[in-house]
Amino acid sequence: MIKLEQVSRVFPGSEVPAVVDLTMTIGDGEVCVLVGPSGCGKTTTMKMINRLIDPTSGKIYVNDQDTSKIDPIALRLGIGYVIQEIGLFPHMTIAENVATVPREKGWPRDRINQRVDELMHLVGLNPGTYRNRLPADLSGGQRQRVGVARAMAADPPILLMDEPFGAVDPITRARLQNEFLRLQEQMKKTIVFVTHDIDEAIKMGDRIAVMRDGRLVQYEEPDKLLSMPADDFVATLVGRNRSIKRLHLIKVNDVVQNETPFVTPEASVDEIRSAMEERKTNTVLVVNAVNKLQGVISRAELKGVEGARAAQIAQPVQNTVEWGATLNDALAVMLNYGERYVAVVNSREELKGVITLNYLLDLVRDDAAA
Amino acid sequence: MRQRNRVLGWTVMPLFLLACGAFTIYYFVENPGGAMAARLLIYPNVFKLIQQHVLLVVVSSLLAIATALPLGILISRPRFRTLGLVVENVVNVAQTVPSLAVLALAFTFLGWGFNTAVFALWCYSLLPILRNTYAGIRSVSPSILEAARGMGMTPGHILGRIELPLATPIIMGGIRTAVVINVGTATLATFIAGGGLGDLIVTGIGVRRTELILAGAILSAVLAILLDHLLSQAEAEFG
Repeated sequence: MIKLEQVSRVFPGSEVPAVVDLTMTIGDGEVCVLVGPSGCGKTTTMKMINRLIDPTSGKIYVNDQDTSKIDPIALRLGIGYVIQEIGLFPHMTIAENVATVPREKGWPRDRINQRVDELMHLVGLNPGTYRNRLPADLSGGQRQRVGVARAMAADPPILLMDEPFGAVDPITRARLQNEFLRLQEQMKKTIVFVTHDIDEAIKMGDRIAVMRDGRLVQYEEPDKLLSMPADDFVATLVGRNRSIKRLHLIKVNDVVQNETPFVTPEASVDEIRSAMEERKTNTVLVVNAVNKLQGVISRAELKGVEGARAAQIAQPVQNTVEWGATLNDALAVMLNYGERYVAVVNSREELKGVITLNYLLDLVRDDAAA
Repeated sequence: MRQRNRVLGWTVMPLFLLACGAFTIYYFVENPGGAMAARLLIYPNVFKLIQQHVLLVVVSSLLAIATALPLGILISRPRFRTLGLVVENVVNVAQTVPSLAVLALAFTFLGWGFNTAVFALWCYSLLPILRNTYAGIRSVSPSILEAARGMGMTPGHILGRIELPLATPIIMGGIRTAVVINVGTATLATFIAGGGLGDLIVTGIGVRRTELILAGAILSAVLAILLDHLLSQAEAEFG
């Protein structure tokens, strides 16, 4: 648990304090997102937790210990720290970067090596391929993953993340966010996450702290922040299209429609037609015996292929989202591929169901009406 | 490929430069261009002068590295930031003093000889190394340093594992500059009886013998290129 009590910070030579009288508590296993415009004091607040910056007044407690009484080095070794990909050490290999904290803690070499491999697997980088590469050889998204792996190296209970997914394109960012949320479900770390992007805040946060001019304006769960903004500033920040923003909060897992029309790869054209009739749709998915998604067939493709089997007609499905993605991701994929549905698959490419555009529209409409 | 370039860098180029030097010595000893020059241009004498020259350069450069590197690190520490600015400016002004003047001043205080020459060369080569060490460490991106601090690295480890490795190319640049300048400046040591290849050049000017001047000049040039090459090779190897 992290507790801030009336914390203020004034930078020397500055009239305006960067953080004023901030009091908040971050519960164990919770993702707390600090959000606000640049200069609102969110990064300063975060850096006061691991004492990169010392508060001018007030107290900060980590697990009920007053941080001003802990040696800063010891404190930081127990708190993972992720900043944008530029924080990787450019002269060290990926493995060396990830090994930073264990090395500082003086772990034996075997244990470090084992831990590095484990972490690289965890963030989806094959150690065999990437261990000895330099950060410059990696893509932006891969570098961010290394940053996350590095912060988790010694398995700290607390992570501080300063715009950790800031420097990548939107699609990569969404993927990294989803992966991270999935990891967090297992890890249950206490996370302080800084971003200026309200969408990211809503998606990542269990609780969101909106800051402005060094003050905490509202500290609320995302759902409540959307429905009950404390003042005009928060209302403007979360925007007018709040019901669309809520799509960030809903996971495809919770709303996936499983009564999807599908046929086996061996199905004949007649069988495909009757499957369409039965469900009154123009497309069916092709799924094999172990539930793997093989392709999609639309009504137009059925012309002049009498006698063929479903496997031969099926087109590859690109408009898929992974289990754990949000409805916003699903919408983005629909728009990307110009389709009125997305197929939801798990990591083994097994079909879990579909989500249709109509469903999303109903959801947003109901929400606006409520 | 990289491996091959490395091996070539340690063998072919140094051997070629040594061959150039050997040929120069052979040529001028065999063709001294007159009886007067012939007395200086004999193998034992030329080798002695080269040895003196190398000794002047190596000793003064090593001493300069041993002083300027720690000093540069010291003034790059945040608590000495203001001192750093002062030193940097002093260094920039001091660099404008001609090398001959440094030598002459050192002579006034310390008298003749090898040690005085080493002292003057040391003074003169402190500056590029100090400046580049300071600049190199300061050039490390603040976000990298902050990441290191934020993860709990100790100041000593940040210096040894982050700052110095990242500053190495710039520091090595300073050392190479200092050494190359030193090889040239060491030819002036002859004025205060410090020996070295300057003996050939200055005598050559005195007795108007082009052969002597050329022999001294070419050999110091080859020496400068050789040392510079070896240093860049070492940088690629260990940097």
